[in-house]
Amino acid sequence: MIPLLRKEFLIEWRAREALATALLTGLLLLVVLSFAFDPTSPLRREAAPGAFWVTVVFSGVLAIGRSFVADRENDCLQGLLLAPLDRGTIFLAKVFAQTAFLLAAQLLLVPLFIVFFDLPLSAHLLPWLLALVLVGVGLSAAGILLAAIAVQTRAKEILLPLLLVPLAVPLLLAGLRVSQRAFAGKPLGEAVAWLHLAVGFDVIVLVVGWLLFEYVVED
Amino acid sequence: MQIGPQTVVSRSLVPLLAVCSAASMLLTLWLIFVYVPTDRVQGVVQRIFYVHVPLAMMTFLAFGVTAVASAAYLWSRNPKYDHCAHASAEVGLLFCSLVLITGPIWAKPIWGTWWTWDARLTTTLILWLIYAGYLMLRSLTMHSEQGARYAAVLGIVGALDIPIINRSVYWWRTIHPAVLVTREGGTGLTDPRMQLTLLCSVLAFFFLFAWLLWLRYRQAVLEARMTALWAAQRIPR
Amino acid sequence: MSNEREIVTLVELRGVAKRYGPQWALVEVDLRCGRAESIALLGPNGAGKSTLLRILAGVTRPTRGRILWGGQEVALASASWGRKRIGFVGHRSFLYTSLSVRENLMLYASLYGLANPAQRVAELLGRFGLSFVQDRAVSHLSRGLEQRAALARALLHDPELLLLDEPFTGLDVEACAALMELLREERARGVSVVLATHDFQVAEALCERVVILVGGKFEHDGPLPASVESVYQAVVAARRQALA
Repeated sequence: MIPLLRKEFLIEWRAREALATALLTGLLLLVVLSFAFDPTSPLRREAAPGAFWVTVVFSGVLAIGRSFVADRENDCLQGLLLAPLDRGTIFLAKVFAQTAFLLAAQLLLVPLFIVFFDLPLSAHLLPWLLALVLVGVGLSAAGILLAAIAVQTRAKEILLPLLLVPLAVPLLLAGLRVSQRAFAGKPLGEAVAWLHLAVGFDVIVLVVGWLLFEYVVED
Repeated sequence: MQIGPQTVVSRSLVPLLAVCSAASMLLTLWLIFVYVPTDRVQGVVQRIFYVHVPLAMMTFLAFGVTAVASAAYLWSRNPKYDHCAHASAEVGLLFCSLVLITGPIWAKPIWGTWWTWDARLTTTLILWLIYAGYLMLRSLTMHSEQGARYAAVLGIVGALDIPIINRSVYWWRTIHPAVLVTREGGTGLTDPRMQLTLLCSVLAFFFLFAWLLWLRYRQAVLEARMTALWAAQRIPR
Repeated sequence: MSNEREIVTLVELRGVAKRYGPQWALVEVDLRCGRAESIALLGPNGAGKSTLLRILAGVTRPTRGRILWGGQEVALASASWGRKRIGFVGHRSFLYTSLSVRENLMLYASLYGLANPAQRVAELLGRFGLSFVQDRAVSHLSRGLEQRAALARALLHDPELLLLDEPFTGLDVEACAALMELLREERARGVSVVLATHDFQVAEALCERVVILVGGKFEHDGPLPASVESVYQAVVAARRQALA
């Protein structure tokens, strides 16, 4: 596990591909979405959580879509599969690395988001960040499993969003509800149930992916 | 390539299912349009329930069959289960589309809007998207064995995700009437004649589902056998 | 030369068949590979050579048939035991292009669970004459050096069986000779080799047994003939005639 994680971070450090993809597409979406709402309207603040999570999910999907590029370049994934190592371990290593890249990109987006949508700094940041982590894990886990499938098909780029976004709806809703309360300056309250839901989603997808990844990479 | 014993079974089962399906469907039509009393609150449009609800039930059954057959395929690698999962997903998607069509027809006069982001509607729509993706994935893979494997993984993940999606959109907001749970007002089916009609309709749509599933399954088996024969001709022994 | 010593079976395929969709890549193949034996796997494109090697390596699941290591059956799920004893070199090097040679080898060394990866990697880099490029990214290596590094990667864990899938494609004469020399050394150390190739000279230089695969079936299996090429041509021609 640790050598695999080291490899992922080293490659990302050299190419910065995942980070750049997530960050730049995220920035682009954020700018376009903040244009779309009238800057003088109070509705703008209402729309902020929606704009933020749409940005997170779509920039995340695009970054995940590139996650197997390095592994396929020299058939390196085959090299990993030849090693005496559990396929589930390969899956988990990729998921954790991908989560870290997504979170890094999103943490850079958060200040921009606060500026663009003119959010009060009293917003409860902690639940919001917690939701970011939970969504990051779930999105990466489902994403890595599906990306490993999508890259083997004839419609690499388009298939991943088509498969991943509907499955990730609970995550999107959980993130939305938590940040709606946070931006309104309210404590989490009963919205904590949404965090539990996100945890449930993450656990299920991690376990299922860990078990099923073997069937995805064999041939 | 082997000719399995299921050929015999299916030949006798298909006409039987067709007859059951046709007979019960006719009976259900009579029940819906003649026998059952008109709902006193919602009026005549409520009768679409007797089509809408069974379709929705069969949709879930179909995707359940897909999930179980997918797991069975990964376990045994018997293409039979893959054909079953594929056939069930196709029929399920058809039924799911019909649910999404019959729903708004009812919703417009009752809720005053074609579409709301109510929990069950949203779940059904997401379900439709997931299984549309499932069928698309199947058509985009390099060869059938790979397609079967990938589709099985997606079939399992999708089915496990459905309860979570349902929970989340339920919490999001909901105004859907609980049809089967009797509540005050006109939404619960309190009249025994209504219950009988619904029961009959569920049975009719179950037979229809089973019949379509068998037809599609048998077609898939035959198609696989035919491509195998074609391939065998290209590599003569 | 193999007649004089007792051959102990290392790995054995029994009734192995593999189907991709409706196409059978392999039809009922039986292969027994002995310890320190060296087999050349010849056959036209699409004959199933790569599939056969990948099944031996435990990365492809056969549709039918069994793999036995030292007489014991190995399921794909627990194939890591077999994988430890196999080194695989393909025409792609399995090396991450943005990592250096040393980083790549260190990664694989730790994945194979070597006790002292740094020492083993340094030793192989020295023996393969790769020390001078050890910190260079794989994307900046020549094809010859990259394939040499790929062989070093495959030998990290001292495998008993070396599977080579057309490792010489795209190499110039010099690089070819260098790689060949390294492979001969491994042969001398008692490593078994199964080599899929189109190059008859390579097969003659490295192998003592020739297996010819056509259309997913063994059409010839015997000791190295005087001229591999003439045997191959004869087998393929006979096969073509049978088809016509």
